[in-house]
Amino acid sequence: MRALVWIIEDTWEATVTEAAVFLPRDADITLLHVASTEAETLATAARHGLLGRQPPAHAAAEPLRAISDQAAQQLLAEAHTRLGRPATLQARRGRVEHEVVAAAASMDILVLARDGDRARLGPRSLGPTARFVVDHAPCRILLIWPDVAPALTTIPPPRVPPPRPPTR
Amino acid sequence: MADALALALALVVLAATLGVAVARPPYLSEALAACGGAILLVIVGAVGLSAAGAAVRDLGPTVGFLAAMLLIAEGCRREGLFDAVGAVMARGAGASPRRLLAFAFVIAAAVTAVLSLDATIVLLTPVVFATAARMRTHAKPHVYACAHLANSASLLLPVSNLTNLLAFHAIKLSFTRFAALMVLPTIAAVGVEWVAFRHFFAVDLQRPRKAGTRPARPELPRFAVAVLALTLAGFALSSVVGIQPVWFAAAGAGAITVPALIRRAATPLELVRGTEPGFLTFVLGLGVIVQAASGNGLDTAVRAVLPTSGSLPDLLAIAALSAILANLVNNLPATLMLVPVTAAAGTGPVLATLIGVNVGPNLTYVGSLATLLWRRVLHTEDTDVELGEFLRLGALTVPAGLVAATVLLWLALQA
Repeated sequence: MRALVWIIEDTWEATVTEAAVFLPRDADITLLHVASTEAETLATAARHGLLGRQPPAHAAAEPLRAISDQAAQQLLAEAHTRLGRPATLQARRGRVEHEVVAAAASMDILVLARDGDRARLGPRSLGPTARFVVDHAPCRILLIWPDVAPALTTIPPPRVPPPRPPTR
Repeated sequence: MADALALALALVVLAATLGVAVARPPYLSEALAACGGAILLVIVGAVGLSAAGAAVRDLGPTVGFLAAMLLIAEGCRREGLFDAVGAVMARGAGASPRRLLAFAFVIAAAVTAVLSLDATIVLLTPVVFATAARMRTHAKPHVYACAHLANSASLLLPVSNLTNLLAFHAIKLSFTRFAALMVLPTIAAVGVEWVAFRHFFAVDLQRPRKAGTRPARPELPRFAVAVLALTLAGFALSSVVGIQPVWFAAAGAGAITVPALIRRAATPLELVRGTEPGFLTFVLGLGVIVQAASGNGLDTAVRAVLPTSGSLPDLLAIAALSAILANLVNNLPATLMLVPVTAAAGTGPVLATLIGVNVGPNLTYVGSLATLLWRRVLHTEDTDVELGEFLRLGALTVPAGLVAATVLLWLALQA
């Protein structure tokens, strides 16, 4: 079984723990991190807005890309240690939801965590990114709660229709 | 040469120069384009040699001021000020993205005000990005904060923005009076940004983070901080002691540069590059080109459109029109066109112009419609930042920021 475990910065520990518990021993695991390039693009664009200025010589020495790549590698390494099993590490860059779906194309199962409101059960527990991935994933999905799942009582009670006058 | 023809030619040359500056073709620098355009306009007689010379002489002190400030900012980077600022942010923010945003706001506003918007975009943004990455939180709101505050916090001091330096040179206003009149508008513009950001990025900022190891207490580079403090004190006292602020900037640049040269932390070539000679030449060339357009009827047109009294409705109109022009042609040419007219009208109108050209560029986030369109045409990298997102953020902050800042400017002028 080829399993893709998609980790994000704030929930990676729980995702990796659950993957270790629920994926079979012989699963061929790939740990995936996708770095969003939005902030880098924004910084570059802001610099282009400075009309007529040339980027200084030392600017090339510390490109944002290197910072982002290093952070991703470190996160993947920590996740691998936590998993405690052989795994392939994969770092991608770009539009996060598209990259995750593309990476899942060759997999049998995708493990991911809810990335929205964790206080109550409901559709908002998926943020826009995970919502896109769940809707478009070309394989099975194991969707986890990063911490303990909220109680059933967090589901709002069904609306009681207003009383109607008795019909004849 | 007939006025209308000369005006048309000057506008074509201006458009071509801006086109080169936006498109950045590898074979033609914007400095060369601006100078070539200026020389062409002199040769065909659209601007007289003496008028062109006067425009260059008039811009000279401002460009020198700018060069000195660029050297100070570069010196601060060399001394490690920006790394120290990153450590301050990381330590202060702890595990909270909201606090990181607050620190990014305060620091970006301070860096912009003291060292100009260039320093925030070029030197501070990578530091903020790295801090967010280490904290394992989304960098986007914080990088947006740098990009926006580089514009909206650049109202405070004459040195915060080249547009301010140009206006400061054109009006009789002391450094401290300028700052005193602009402090409330700056607070208003930054305050509007804060409220808008907290609302706009609410989801990103809510995400709880695990507290990591608390970074060590950063060592602020005392020498760089001392040079900055003394330079600012010099600016503040400039009108009292009767020395132009530009000389304090030059002294600060010398103080932070010469020791680095002596201990060979920087080479003379690096320092010359640090003053961005290409950019300074571009500004001078652009000045001559705009002079050609203004002298042949553009200033009459501007005068016809722009209100010139200090009443609140007029100030609001000036700020709005300046913001629109800044978004159409970028804020540097807009300032060169507008300031001569509004400076003649008085302190209120010229400062309202600055509010427009400084806060306005956030509407199209890269400072001008032309830049924005060009980048869309190229499809280079805008595939992953949604156009809609930054336009929405611009629409949320710019009109409110313009109005709030202008109203407070009007109040400050009444005092």
